[in-house]
Formats: sequence, structure tokens, C-alpha cells
Amino acid sequence: MERKQRHFEELLDQLREKVLRLGGLVEQAISRSVRSLVDRDSEMARRVISDDHAIDRLELEVDQLCMDLLGLHQPMARDLRFITTAMKITTDLERIGDHAVNISERALELNEEPQLKPFIDIPLMANRAQEMVRSSLDAFVRRDATAARSTISMDEELNRRMEQIFRELLSYMIEDPRTVTRALRLTFVAKYFERIGDQAKNICEQVVFMAKGEVIKHPRAQTDMEGGSEP
Amino acid sequence: MKEESESAITNAIEDPVLSVENVSLFYGPTQALHDISFRIPRNRITAFIGPSGCGKSTLLRCFNRLNDLLDEVTIRGDIRLDDGSIYAPRVDVNALRKRIGMVFQKSNPFPKSIYENIAYGCRIHGVKRKGRLDDIVEKSLRGAALWDEVRDRLGESALGLSGGQQQRLCIARALAVDPEIILLDEPCSALDPIATARIEELLQSLKHEYTMVIVTHNMQQASRVSDYTAFMYLGRLIEYQETERLFLNPIVRQTEDYITGRFG
Repeated sequence: MERKQRHFEELLDQLREKVLRLGGLVEQAISRSVRSLVDRDSEMARRVISDDHAIDRLELEVDQLCMDLLGLHQPMARDLRFITTAMKITTDLERIGDHAVNISERALELNEEPQLKPFIDIPLMANRAQEMVRSSLDAFVRRDATAARSTISMDEELNRRMEQIFRELLSYMIEDPRTVTRALRLTFVAKYFERIGDQAKNICEQVVFMAKGEVIKHPRAQTDMEGGSEP
Repeated sequence: MKEESESAITNAIEDPVLSVENVSLFYGPTQALHDISFRIPRNRITAFIGPSGCGKSTLLRCFNRLNDLLDEVTIRGDIRLDDGSIYAPRVDVNALRKRIGMVFQKSNPFPKSIYENIAYGCRIHGVKRKGRLDDIVEKSLRGAALWDEVRDRLGESALGLSGGQQQRLCIARALAVDPEIILLDEPCSALDPIATARIEELLQSLKHEYTMVIVTHNMQQASRVSDYTAFMYLGRLIEYQETERLFLNPIVRQTEDYITGRFG
């Protein structure tokens, strides 16, 4: 029993370590993707795109480890919540990696043309998105529901900036139709960062569940479930 | 982190059939149960879990006064079945055990025919007519999901049945006297996974008519079959919750440590 327990603890440590490594790769991908855009560094953009397979591979490893832990060790209580949380946030992290790839692809296209305008808001969004990802993972490691909740509140700022960038780029497009392609690409980039914020928010919601057993996402659907009404 | 509360016992039991009120039990000078209070819901399955020696079987045996048979046992507090105390002086213990039946860890069929194993208890309780007994035997064996396997050999010795069949026969025997509550003390610990699954299925099908209380070492079994779970440790009731709550998000740290295998 004790031997088995030690093995189980080791596997849990491995899982924690893999999720964090995945988080590290994803953060790196975000910061490189924004640099490839701001510094007009296409080489960097190509690197983000080719490095994405390491993120994908790590996602598969995490999935496999979670399945083993669930199937072979029948975890309960906090262990069960930890493992199912790791499984879900890995999907979010992998998706964030994909957004970094999308940003890099737009950077490759934008770097072929003259710069439309100085980059001010997009790097701010990038910083904020990266910060959200980092603090969501910190909250995960420390099982800290309070930190997770305060990270969630950062998402508003990303949404506001996204709106602001959109309005600004719209005015460029209206003034000079030749800017439309570039302005649209930049709008996409802003949207990707906004989505990264949403995904970090998902991670935080999952962390609150892990730490407290409390489901905070989709409050309306939850009220329906408690009332027993059909979807 | 979990709060360091010592116990968490839910009071939200809608239709309690048994109320345990401040029960303490002593074997001579040794205290085996410490001031236990909680309520068991009607027509639900309640599981008791905890490490060996935690008092779960002792507590179970209080419900049909099996501990009365042991010398030097002192019980304080009260247990109420519906509204009457089962420890009141006027209570007829045989009548009580008819209302609260029991199935043990090791199946213990009488060395008689399958038919007689079921009919025996009914005769004691005054059923004499053959036709009536035949009905009870069939109904009980059907209730215990054993009828189809033994209908053609009711006259054969019960000892010729497999372990899983013997255990279902003991459940049929408990059903025969039409109890309200069935106590099960580790009923599957000597059975293979297939026989265990059949018993677990059987418990689910019986729960609409009977209240069941099961002691088990097997936490997966408790989480699969029960509606409520009580975790006991060193003679104390540490946590009592709906099973889903207890296994997914227990309140007390000690419960969490036990069900995640960190002690015990």
C-alpha cells in the first residue's frame, strides 16, 4: 500500500511538472510571437510556428499520464480534482499555443509590408495576456482560489483594449482603404490576445474548482441545473 | 487547504429511519465508540468506511442489538427506529431483528436445503402454511436475484452453492422476514469482482423497498453503491455526507487523507 502510494505521489509530481513545463513553453510562445510582430522579426515568427509541435507533444503526454492516473489508481477527492483540472487546463494551454502560432502567421504577413502604425496597445495586450497565463498557472500550483479569482478580473482590461484597438483600426480603414488588409490582420492579432485572456480565465475557473470544489463558470447554466429544468 | 475542523456531520437527512443519539460503547473499560450522533435516511444506502478497528462494524451491530450478546458491553446514548428507542426495556429483540436484518462478511447459510434456509426464519415468526412459505421462498429468491439459478434445485444443500450465490442466499434469507432495514457487514469481501458486481446491482434494486447500511473496506464500493457515507476513525464519526460530496470534496482533512490513501 505504502509503496503504491509513493509511486502515485511521484506520478502526481510528474503531472504537475509537465503542466508547468507546458505553461512555460506557452508563455515563451506568446512573448516570441509578439516580438516577431513588434521587432518585425520573421525568423522568430517561424520559430514559434515550428516549436508548436513541442507543445502539442507535451499535451499528449499530459493526457496519457492523466488517463493512467485515473484508470490505474482510482484517485479520490483532491487528487481527483487535481488530475481532472490538469486535463482540462492542458487543453486551454495548447489552444493558447495555437493562438501564438496564429499571431506569428499574421506577423509573417505584416512583416512583408510597411508598418501601418507604431505598436502601442498590442504589446500592452500581450503583456497582460502573458501575465494572466502566468498567474493562472501560479494559482494552479499553489491551489490558490483567491489568486485565481483575482486573475479572472484581469480579463476585463483585455476586452476593453481589444475594443479600443478595433475602433482605432476601423478609423484607419475608413480613411484609407489601402490599409484594410494590414488593419484587418492587426485586428486578428488583438482578437487572439483577447482569446488568450479568455483561456487563462478558463484555467482560473478550473483552479477554483480544484481548490474549493466550487464551480464558478456558466452561472446561468448552473441555476438551470439546480432548478432541474431541461437545457 | 482544508479547515482543521474535527468533524462534519450533515443534518440534512430528509426522511430519517434511524436516529443515532450520542452513542458511546465500551468493551469493559475500553471505549470503542465515542458519542456518535447522526441520522440514516429511509430507502437509501448508507456506507460506513474507515480503517480496521475504527468501530464501523461495532456501530452497525448496535442497530440490531447484536452487541447485547457480548459480555461486558456497555452502551450509552440511544438509537431510535422511527420514533421508538430500540434500547427501551419493553423492546422484543427478536421482533427488532425481524425489522432490522443482517448479512455478514462470511456467508453463513444453514447446513440445510436452499428452500429451508429461506423458510426457517418465517416458520419461527409463525408462518406455517406450505403454500405461503413457497410464495415467500420464491419472492425472496427473486428479490435476491437468485431464483433463476436455483429454482430447479431448491431441495439441494445450500452449501453446494458458490460463494457469491451463498451470499445472495443470505440476502434472500434476510428478505424473507420482510425487514425494513438490512445491515450488511463487508458482504463482498470474500467475493470475486463478478460476484461483487452482482451483489452491488442487487443492492441498487432493493433500495426502493429497503433501507440498507453497509460496512465496507472497499472505498470504490462505497462510492459506487451508497447515497450517504460515514467516515469513522478511532471510534469517532469524523464525517458524514452525501457520498458524492464526501468522495469528491470532503470537508475534514482526516477524511481527505484517508480516502486519498495518505493514511490508514
